[in-house]
Parts: sequence; structure tokens; C-alpha cells
Amino acid sequence: MSLPFILFFAFAVIAVAGALLLILAREPIHSALSLVLVMISLAALYLLLGAEFIAAVQIIVYAGAVMVLFVFVIMLLNAGMEERTNWSSIAKYAGVPLGVFLLLELAHWMARAGPGVGIANGAARAANTAVSTRALSALLFQKYLFPFEATSILILIAVLGALVLAKRDE
Amino acid sequence: MSVVPISYYLVLSVILFGMGAVAVVFKRNIITIFMAIELMLNAVNLAFVAFARAWNQLDGLVFVFFVIVVAAAEAAVGLAIVITIVQNRQTLNVERVNLLKL
Repeated sequence: MSLPFILFFAFAVIAVAGALLLILAREPIHSALSLVLVMISLAALYLLLGAEFIAAVQIIVYAGAVMVLFVFVIMLLNAGMEERTNWSSIAKYAGVPLGVFLLLELAHWMARAGPGVGIANGAARAANTAVSTRALSALLFQKYLFPFEATSILILIAVLGALVLAKRDE
Repeated sequence: MSVVPISYYLVLSVILFGMGAVAVVFKRNIITIFMAIELMLNAVNLAFVAFARAWNQLDGLVFVFFVIVVAAAEAAVGLAIVITIVQNRQTLNVERVNLLKL
């Protein structure tokens, strides 16, 4: 087994374990910390796929800014143990098998989406991954310039919306 | 050097997405549900990056960038909504937030 495979399986196992912890943890702060684990291992997988810029943005924006916001709100609201509510029997006996079925079906079709493509192109790409950030910035500021500018307006609206919503009424 | 096939990444992405969907349905804490949505967005991002690599197109990475930006905006607005809900109803349990329920 070569190094990329070992790294992939290591980080994949960490990501899935983090997602499991997110579901099983009763305290919201534990869920938040396990989500940070998932995001960091996904950043490592992005590096493995040769997307350095996206890996850096993942760490800075997701694992950094967004999750700090989550943890901040959890502490602000003093969110404690999750209340257990009694599930209806439909949720218990139909929901869980249907969830597993959805997962298996999605996995089946996604695995067939590009069989063997990675092996064909991956070896050629592995040599020149360092170029990708430069090419990505050229793409972002030329072909996708208008959507890029539109996202800045989106961020502005989000800031205004958060301010309006979180402000206490007089 | 052999390279991990793209389908492995896609299956991992599907597993994470499915777990996020299950968490959205089963969790009762509104903040945890929000985090599960972020998990699903992350899973989609992984699929985007994997496909971008498989087809040697960088456009997929640009879309991941946009998804991250939109997710950050969504988290800011969503958590403000959570704070407003807690101020008005003094609970984080989504089953207690049933004003629009018949």
C-alpha cells in the first residue's frame, strides 16, 4: 500500500469518526469540536487532491472563522445537554433503514460516476500541482469575476442581516 | 506513485453527506442541526474537489470557494436567527419552536 492510500484512509477514518461523534454527542460543544476534526481532515484530503488554496481556505474560514462563531454562540447561549424526546415508532423503524438505504444508494451511484478517471489523470496532475493556485486565481478573477463581486454583496447583506436580527428591540 | 481513485473520495463524500442528513433529522438541538448542515456542505465540497481533479478542470475549485463564502454568510445569519429564537422562546429544542405548526 502506497503513501497516498495510507493518508487517504487515515484522514477518511478521522472524518467519518468525527461525523459519528457529531451525531452521538449530547453536548453541542462536543459536536462543534468533532466538526472541527472533520473539517481539518477534509483540508488534509484537499491537499492530497492537490488543491492547496482550497485546503488553506478550509482551515482559515471553516475551521477558523465559522466554527469559532459556532462555539461562541454555544457559549453565549449556555447550551447544555440535549433534551431527549421520545421518537415516534415511525422514526425508529422506518427512518433508520431509510437513512441507510439513502446512503447506500448515493454511494452506489457516486462510485460509478467516474470509474478509473482518477487513475488516468491523477498521475499526470501530480507533478504540476503547484501551478493550481495561480491558475485558480486567474480563473476566479477573469471568468468568474462577476460572481466573485456578487459574493461581496452577499457578505455585506449577511452582515446587515445578522446585525438586524441579533439587535435587541428597544 | 499510485493515486487514490476518485471514486474513493466520492464514497467518502456520500458517507459524510448521509451522516449530515441523518443528523439533521435526528438531532433536536438547533445549533447541532446547523452544524450538520455545515457537514453536508463540506461533503459536497469534497465531491466538487474530487470531480475537479478527475476532469482536470479548475472550475470545480471556484465553486468550492463560492460554497465556502455562502456557508460563512449563512452561518452568520443563521446563528443570529438562533439567538433571536432563544431570546423569544428560551429554548434550543426545535420541537418547542412550533409557532407555524398546525
